[in-house]
Amino acid sequence: MGKTIAEKILSQKSGRDAKANDIVIADLDFVMGQDGTSPLAIKAFQEMQASKVFDPARIAMVIDHSAPSPLEGVSELHRQMRVFAREQQINFYDIGDGVCHQLVPEQGHVVPGDLVIGADSHTCTYGAINALSTGVGSTDLAAGIISGKLWFKVPETFKFILNGKLGEGVYSKDLILFLIGEVTADGATYMAAEYCGEAISDLSVDARFTISNMAIEMGAKCGLMEADDKTIEWVKKHSRKEFVPVSADADAVYAKVKEYDVSSLEPQIARPHTVDNVVGISQLGEVPIQQGVIGTCTNGRMEDLRIAARILKGRKINKEARLIVAPASRQIMIEAMREGLIETFIQAGAAVVTPGCGPCVGTHNGVPSDGENVISTANRNFKGRMGNNKAFIYLGSPATVAASVINGRITDPRQLLS
Amino acid sequence: MKLAGKCHKFGNDVNTDYIISGRHKFKTLDMKELAKHVMEDLDPEFYNKVSTGDFIVAGTNFGCGSSREQAPLAIINADIGAVIAKSFARIFYRNCINTGLPLIECDTDQINPGDELEIDLDQGTLLNKTTGAVIAITPLPPVMLKILSEGGLVEHFKKYGTFHFD
Repeated sequence: MGKTIAEKILSQKSGRDAKANDIVIADLDFVMGQDGTSPLAIKAFQEMQASKVFDPARIAMVIDHSAPSPLEGVSELHRQMRVFAREQQINFYDIGDGVCHQLVPEQGHVVPGDLVIGADSHTCTYGAINALSTGVGSTDLAAGIISGKLWFKVPETFKFILNGKLGEGVYSKDLILFLIGEVTADGATYMAAEYCGEAISDLSVDARFTISNMAIEMGAKCGLMEADDKTIEWVKKHSRKEFVPVSADADAVYAKVKEYDVSSLEPQIARPHTVDNVVGISQLGEVPIQQGVIGTCTNGRMEDLRIAARILKGRKINKEARLIVAPASRQIMIEAMREGLIETFIQAGAAVVTPGCGPCVGTHNGVPSDGENVISTANRNFKGRMGNNKAFIYLGSPATVAASVINGRITDPRQLLS
Repeated sequence: MKLAGKCHKFGNDVNTDYIISGRHKFKTLDMKELAKHVMEDLDPEFYNKVSTGDFIVAGTNFGCGSSREQAPLAIINADIGAVIAKSFARIFYRNCINTGLPLIECDTDQINPGDELEIDLDQGTLLNKTTGAVIAITPLPPVMLKILSEGGLVEHFKKYGTFHFD
């Protein structure tokens, strides 16, 4: 009987013949924590009476959720992370370096076939480059940085076969929102998602990250893709680590399989207050917008910024609306400056902020007021997510956000692309 | 292990932002302080309503969303005895095991707000004392039961220094 990608990686890393629903203890290739989760992990590390991490080169901590610190309490937690990182000689990314899920692949820490945990639910992002990466909490993070191991329940796999090519003005964000709407917020709980087919092969690696990033929003443990030539080229550009890509066997056993033709998909919108409350933009009706956000670990990459800039160039943001842009990393911000994208955003009327998570997660950098509607490229629209439980958050692609802030209402970007 | 308390009922897809909002959780490691805000976006009076040992009872996909361990810790520090739901999101599930918060997977349609409940974790049963219904509980796998019974993963690592299962 053949194996899925998840079964193969967990077999390799545990040294056992791992099948779905087995529980294994497996070796970790990389372990990551951010500033919302690392301080508790450091506390657990001390309570566990550990003195050294298993391998400093395979651990990173990132300050991105509240960066730079907006509050005294946060500053103290950041200080604890800096002290720990210095003492233990681990990889450390401070304010302005970027969002953890951009940095971990961009800085070459993860390659195909790796097993990675991160104390952040969107750690599933690296599945786009064929790594089994999954989110955990702070105590698991502490156990991981002490022992280099973690226990895993081997997931069953939900396979998505995506045929056809996305049309003009329709992006990978629209595709993943559509799939989440189809299977709902717990449609893939405890499972690995595998995304394959022509529509995936056709996408750039940047665009694929958006899909794997949101696997958790259908409850999945990870969002895996096979490594193709694009993946291998991308990884070699970013990492010097050696790797062997992992493919599913032809006779692998899947818990569920869904097949779609995406060629007639229109831009998709997730409405308040759940990510699976998805509708095609033509069915949405009139929604005025007060704030737009472009960035986050979902859609703050170069391709996203280029798409948004293409719509914003030479135009002005509507008087009733604001736009916040947060590139996903320092490197992306520099590249976007060189290409003139940052100038385009600022001239259009946007506020460009430090690379980080703030506007998505409600810590700072753009908390909406009561009753306001926000359209964001982020991955969550939960009530209160952006720091105000009386605001309404809609999710869409970077193109949809750009078009919407120009018109002051949610707008199909295809109207402004022609 | 036996638990007893009153039901406080919620719906499906209760995410960790609702359990403890990002507005609060990034500021402090003081879990007693965070506990005062537990479930506040769904019920602003929740913290004041609960008595020691009471249960949070919910539908499907409890604890979805962010990986914040402050979610089970805020629940523990609000003196909730266990979370009972039809199903749990996986990171929250792990975090409960690791922090020592009992979680009970069962059919919660047979539990109403305010019902008095009695749980026997060893027998795998839940008795609804108000209605008399006896509800079966999905048993925990041995690895998870071991960590939970040791008081969580910190205690496990204090004892063994690494993962240790027979």
